[in-house]
Amino acid sequence: MHLMQRRRGRHYNAPTAPLGCPYMQKPEIIRRHSLATRVLHWINALSVFLVLMSGLQIFNADPHLYWGQFGASPDRALLSVGAHGFPHWATLPSWQALAAGRRWHFFFAWLLVFNSCIFLLVSFVSGHVRRDLLPSRAEIAPSHVIRDIWDHLRLRFPRGDAARRYNVLQKLAYVGVIFVLAPLVLATGLTMSPGFDAACPWLLTLFGGRQSARTIHFSAAMLVALFIAVHLMMVILAGPWNDVRSMITGRYVVPRGRPP
Amino acid sequence: MIRQVWTRRQLLMRGSAAFGGLLLGGCDRLSRSPSFLRLLGGAEQLTYRAQRLIVGQALVREFNESDLSPIFRSNGTADPNSEHYNRLRAADFADWRLTVRGLVQRPLDLSLAELRAMPARTQITRHDCVEGWSAIGKWTGVPLGAVLNTAQLLPDARFIVLYCADELERNDGGYYESIDLVDAFHPQTLLAYALNGRMLPVVNGAPLRLRVERQLGYKQAKYLMRIEAVASFEGIRQGRGGYWEDRGYEWYAGI
Repeated sequence: MHLMQRRRGRHYNAPTAPLGCPYMQKPEIIRRHSLATRVLHWINALSVFLVLMSGLQIFNADPHLYWGQFGASPDRALLSVGAHGFPHWATLPSWQALAAGRRWHFFFAWLLVFNSCIFLLVSFVSGHVRRDLLPSRAEIAPSHVIRDIWDHLRLRFPRGDAARRYNVLQKLAYVGVIFVLAPLVLATGLTMSPGFDAACPWLLTLFGGRQSARTIHFSAAMLVALFIAVHLMMVILAGPWNDVRSMITGRYVVPRGRPP
Repeated sequence: MIRQVWTRRQLLMRGSAAFGGLLLGGCDRLSRSPSFLRLLGGAEQLTYRAQRLIVGQALVREFNESDLSPIFRSNGTADPNSEHYNRLRAADFADWRLTVRGLVQRPLDLSLAELRAMPARTQITRHDCVEGWSAIGKWTGVPLGAVLNTAQLLPDARFIVLYCADELERNDGGYYESIDLVDAFHPQTLLAYALNGRMLPVVNGAPLRLRVERQLGYKQAKYLMRIEAVASFEGIRQGRGGYWEDRGYEWYAGI
């Protein structure tokens, strides 16, 4: 959200004129994240953890995945997670409690739906999606993406001007979660609802059945969990104080450019 | 003495581990709190209203013979095995009656033969257990709406409560379930006496079970004995409208 700063002119510390030595200048602080992004991010962070863990609780009630319209213990499973599913520390509640797990799951699923609607509305209207999230044509050029992957592998994170915006891998990850995984999790979740199926039977056709939808729902949720793991790792590697503070207060110190 | 200094990274890692531990411990404690669970349960009303609005009277998809599950799994009670039930079963349910009581003009006592003589409906539908699995079966039965029209509901009636012959735990009072009138008069809501073209097997709820296709498996009450039209669940067991509902599950199981 680097352009917030340009649009609203919120410079906390104007950089002093570089006099021969560019990296001796005062740190430049920009307003990186809008209030909406920050509030919604933290509601999301909490809710996603709770839906994932209560989802594992629900999964453990029948820790087998099937493909097709039907699938139960007499039928051949696609994949089974042990005899009892995931360990108790990964589920919410930590003991076997399907009824309570469902309550957590659906409460926070609804919250995520509301949250996502507000986020999409605000982000499309403010231009956040177009300006900050969608990669440009130049950015998705294979050579650029490969260079970015190489930089990430060497843990060389953007500095100076490049640090004002998201890099292409970041953009692709965020766009992938917001516009691919989240809608997929919601749609497959709704396909598992016998009530909703009556209203939208085409969902069954789209996903190849309720049990396929359950398998896709689980797989997409695991990809969300993978995203969170990588996201947290990147925050720690890129400088947790600056990143976490920017998501709380909005203030982000632009890392100085490397000496030439 | 060596003074231990935590680096920022250590502080962050340990801090977040401690925070995470507290959070999860807190969630576990909240999961034991009835008032917090009631708060979370508020989402059920949202789901119920949203689905009634979006789904309306839509029918669930009906499948073909080729889609049938090779074995239709049984869950919950596989055999009520009570003295009363065993006596009825020994006589092929010739002495069994479905009693219809409560807020109706004409209380009914229907034999299996009388139910079979009513206009029937056959449908191949998917059964979804709250645990996550699904099975597809072919059900034949009388639309519940037809039985209720014969009994003529009184204006105060809002729900249909169904009482069963089985107990999941000893002396639990028996399994029971309830649905609203929207589902009771839905064309696919049946009192089913046949599965896959044969008499309903005992493991699947002989002689009669409910099919309420837009809800989960625990609503599909088996071993039906009595149905009652009521204005509210007050005074019925723990007052939540069903066996599993009294144990924390949603009354509206459309999701």
